[in-house]
Amino acid sequence: MSTAIDNGVNVQALLDARETLAGAPEAAQFTWRASSKWQNGVHSTTSIQNYFGLGEEQSHKTETVFDADHPEVFAAEDNGITPIEYLLVGLSSCLTAGVASVAQNRGIQLRSVEATVEGNHDVRGILGDADVRNGFNDIKVTFDIDADASEEEIAALVAQSQKRSAVFDALTNPTEVTVALA
Amino acid sequence: MLERRELASSWRRERWDSLRLLTPNWQSRLPGIAYEGGDPDGYMTAPEVAELIERFAQTARVPVRTGTDVSSLRRAGDDGYRVMTEHGEIHARTVVIASGACNLPAVPAYAEAVPAGVEQITPLRYRNPDQLPDGGVLVVGASATGVQLAAEITRSGRPVTMSVGEHVRLPRTYRGRDVLWWMDASGVWDERHDEVEDLTRARRLPSPQLVGTPERTTLDLGALAALGVELVGRWASVRDGLALFSGGLRNVCSLADLKMNRLLVGFDEWARTSGADAQVDPPERFAPTEPPSSPRWQLDLRSGQIRTILWATGFRPDYRWLDVPVLDAKGRLRHDGGVVDSPGMYALGLPVLRRRRSTFLCGIEDDAREVIGELGGYLAHDPVCA
Repeated sequence: MSTAIDNGVNVQALLDARETLAGAPEAAQFTWRASSKWQNGVHSTTSIQNYFGLGEEQSHKTETVFDADHPEVFAAEDNGITPIEYLLVGLSSCLTAGVASVAQNRGIQLRSVEATVEGNHDVRGILGDADVRNGFNDIKVTFDIDADASEEEIAALVAQSQKRSAVFDALTNPTEVTVALA
Repeated sequence: MLERRELASSWRRERWDSLRLLTPNWQSRLPGIAYEGGDPDGYMTAPEVAELIERFAQTARVPVRTGTDVSSLRRAGDDGYRVMTEHGEIHARTVVIASGACNLPAVPAYAEAVPAGVEQITPLRYRNPDQLPDGGVLVVGASATGVQLAAEITRSGRPVTMSVGEHVRLPRTYRGRDVLWWMDASGVWDERHDEVEDLTRARRLPSPQLVGTPERTTLDLGALAALGVELVGRWASVRDGLALFSGGLRNVCSLADLKMNRLLVGFDEWARTSGADAQVDPPERFAPTEPPSSPRWQLDLRSGQIRTILWATGFRPDYRWLDVPVLDAKGRLRHDGGVVDSPGMYALGLPVLRRRRSTFLCGIEDDAREVIGELGGYLAHDPVCA
């Protein structure tokens, strides 16, 4: 059934990788890297090209550079999106990739997938109010999916996508973070 | 047959007082012993299960050596196995490992970071709420053990918080029949290990949210919330004395609702095509689980709010005595339908060993017949005796 539909995801390669890496857990250890450079004010650029995985150094086809800044209502120049908005980019793109992969694996043809992500944020925290947290209070993702599948099957795609999402896990569970001087 | 203590000892020593089987009595049968009591739809207590096993051992004249703990089992060159016990050594050409899947509590590593003032207990040592100090209890895990103990402890007057990861939601009855009647009758339990789509996952499946009570009540998360249990997400870690819970509670509830509904749809299809429709009530659907709108994601374990943590986080087998390299990297026995990856070695009584019903009392008969068939074939072709 899954060969008749095409969402552009090579599910067979993923299933093969799962099998191979089960017997070689060391090859499954990846390190993702980003390098940031302060520009001016609260504007910075972050470059991403190299990462480690499958036991050796790897490289994206090209380097990608991201501008991060803050909007004018924060008295900044708005040279790029706010850092916390990058979390929304990560979350929605990860869940969307998951929907496509799970749909491919389940033989469901997608016609369109749109996600809207809203992160509610009380900015008094970052301005120094000790009673308010710095990060999001909560995040809401709304999917609008057109596919050859029942409502329940589509709901199951979205649920399974969350279950397998790296960014959903990284946002919903605590992670040890070390910040040091070089 | 070697038994480390007395017959059915785990049923006598490692079960809480109120425990009853998840299967109704009519399903709790062993080869040659069908239930003949007056309450076929009831659920056995642990002493009743011990009595059933004892009766079977007598009826079938099983040669049991009780009080014989195996300290190690190793290969005897090409000639079977050497079994070391406290009463001496036994040589065996073949071995069947039937020591179970639930010997040790599986407690997460972060348990070590729990502040000293909080008591910790596992279901193997828990008997009843009177054992616990007064005050709040954090029940970790929402499978059969977790939901049953959360309900019982709440009724004892202690405030209960329950940490919920992935779980299996089931109604106790569906269309007027025990849900396990449906598992049996519709053939779900007969699905074989070599037919299951994802066997690794099927073997790791947590026990369903069921309890055996005379009223046949459903004990899902909605029922627990109505009792006053506070639901929180999967417990992820401890940091500076704070328990940190996942923000993904809503999704594990959705996953469980969707899976339950798929199962019920399958039951309905089977009932329609098999003609069972006439014997059961009309199809029904249950309200989606409503998790709290903003569940807490942290809890200060030093505040005194939680006095006890009950680890209902599952169990794992104990193979420390097994000196044969048959475990995988995750400590699981490598076997194909009970044929272990070492000549002449077999296993019984593990999850989905040969079919989905493998770990229920009514699942052992077919598994044992087939595995012992394999064992007999091995002995017939064993070069040592040929």
